[in-house]
Amino acid sequence: MVQQFLTSARGRMELVSQIGGGVTNGLAYVGSLASLAGCAAWYTFVAPFRGKPLRLGRAFSQAMDVGVRALPILSLITFFFGLILALQSAYELRKFGAMDLVATAVAVSMTRELGPLITAIVVIGRSGSAFAAEIGTMKVTEEIDALETMAISPVAFLVAPKFVAMIVMLPCLTIWANTMGILGGGVFGVLQADFTIGRYVRASVDALILRDIITGLVKSVMFGMTITAVGCLEGLNTGAGAEQVGKSTTRAVVMSIFMVVMVDLIFTMLFFFIGG
Amino acid sequence: MDRDDSEVGPMVSLRDLRVSYGDREILHGISFDVKRGETMVILGGSGSGKSTLLRTLVGLERPSAGEIWLRGKNIAAISSEEMDEIRKHIGMSFQGSALFGSMTVGDNVALPLREHTKLEDSTIEIMLRLKLEQVGLAGFEYYMPSQLSGGMMKRAAVARALAMDPEILFFDEPSAGLDPIIAAGIDQLILELQKAYHMTIIVVTHELASAFLIADRMVLIDKGNVVAIGTKDEMRNSTQPRVRQFFDRVAEPEVARELDYLQMLTEDRRPANMPGGKGRA
Repeated sequence: MVQQFLTSARGRMELVSQIGGGVTNGLAYVGSLASLAGCAAWYTFVAPFRGKPLRLGRAFSQAMDVGVRALPILSLITFFFGLILALQSAYELRKFGAMDLVATAVAVSMTRELGPLITAIVVIGRSGSAFAAEIGTMKVTEEIDALETMAISPVAFLVAPKFVAMIVMLPCLTIWANTMGILGGGVFGVLQADFTIGRYVRASVDALILRDIITGLVKSVMFGMTITAVGCLEGLNTGAGAEQVGKSTTRAVVMSIFMVVMVDLIFTMLFFFIGG
Repeated sequence: MDRDDSEVGPMVSLRDLRVSYGDREILHGISFDVKRGETMVILGGSGSGKSTLLRTLVGLERPSAGEIWLRGKNIAAISSEEMDEIRKHIGMSFQGSALFGSMTVGDNVALPLREHTKLEDSTIEIMLRLKLEQVGLAGFEYYMPSQLSGGMMKRAAVARALAMDPEILFFDEPSAGLDPIIAAGIDQLILELQKAYHMTIIVVTHELASAFLIADRMVLIDKGNVVAIGTKDEMRNSTQPRVRQFFDRVAEPEVARELDYLQMLTEDRRPANMPGGKGRA
């Protein structure tokens, strides 16, 4: 009887300690993400006033890579996604004869949620993975060490420009994604729901309030920071050997998607409870 | 903390230097001096700790105990800002050359100048041509590193290490992965640098032929300890068993000590660490 209790208690303790260990590791990971972001922020906002100029050229070329070159694929995906949204909401709205609400449904769900999220996922696939691969390869080939021995901070040189590029480009991409999504919904609206193009656009604009757009953009900035921090951290944590680069790239993608969803949840709750 | 031996005394001075990765100590108390203007070759087998020693000397690893005096500062106990100041006066050529693949050879060489000096672009242009000429790569500034052969990449890396006119030049395995002729060319380059600029040069290698060609003095490291230190002749005539074994290239008598051997093989695996932060297990 006593023996049984002891073993079960030990079992329970083990479970608790495993959960505790998992939580501690998770928090440690978030902590190192934050410290990397903080370090990059220091090099972006403080260091320029101490005679260490910001690498705007590098940030600009990153922004081209992250933002402008993502436009074609992002446009296509969000356009189709808008169309899918319209079809799915029409399926339900048709039952109530409320087809004219399709425009509202598409516009609100795009700007509040799906625009920022799809943009983030496309950017994770294109850039988050590339960050991890680029920095990971540099780690393996001792280029990161070379930067350090040249008294150039890898965070200032590699990570900070990526943060700047992402924080600027992700909201821009999100606005573009919202527009393309609404356009995609509009195709359905015009062809199947007796909208004219003008009326569809007006209905969409009427449905949106400024807060919808702003909450979406706030989220997209947070997503940008998350993706950059995870991609760069995984890159910097790459072990020795070429196969490790592949591993950190995979981990960067998986962790980024997870972290973006977590950030999304936190901010959606925040906006919900402060009446957004 | 400051000790003024910037004019006289040794260029680099190690006192009971200990380095550990986690719980395992790799270097168990290394002490020696490198004189101004001499070429010191650090010899040792795989896993002897010689690479770790070099990484510690350039500040890539933090010693767990001991002192490293460099430019009158103990780099084992200074802030990263002070270390960066010292790093502007040292150059390092990495084993795999570590050129930035996304930049041209010229941009690679110019990078430290662009980062740390306020020189005009035209001045930097002239300087980088000069540095490339010094290493025998004149006219290669617009090539990408991937377009160069192994030996040329090494030379380009040396040019980059020379960019800031360093007082000390570090080489990690300069002849690794090169054929004997190209490797001999790199040795020649090191000799030329030494002659022309009286630079203090510290080379880590296990190539005996190269070591005896370029060294003024050499130090043999084994299992994290200094086994012997001396001039070429002193080392050549040494009767110490471990030195003889290394120079006469005698295989380890008991390979049966598998655990030691395994440890030796895994010794070089460094923990993942990120700059400015703690490593994640």
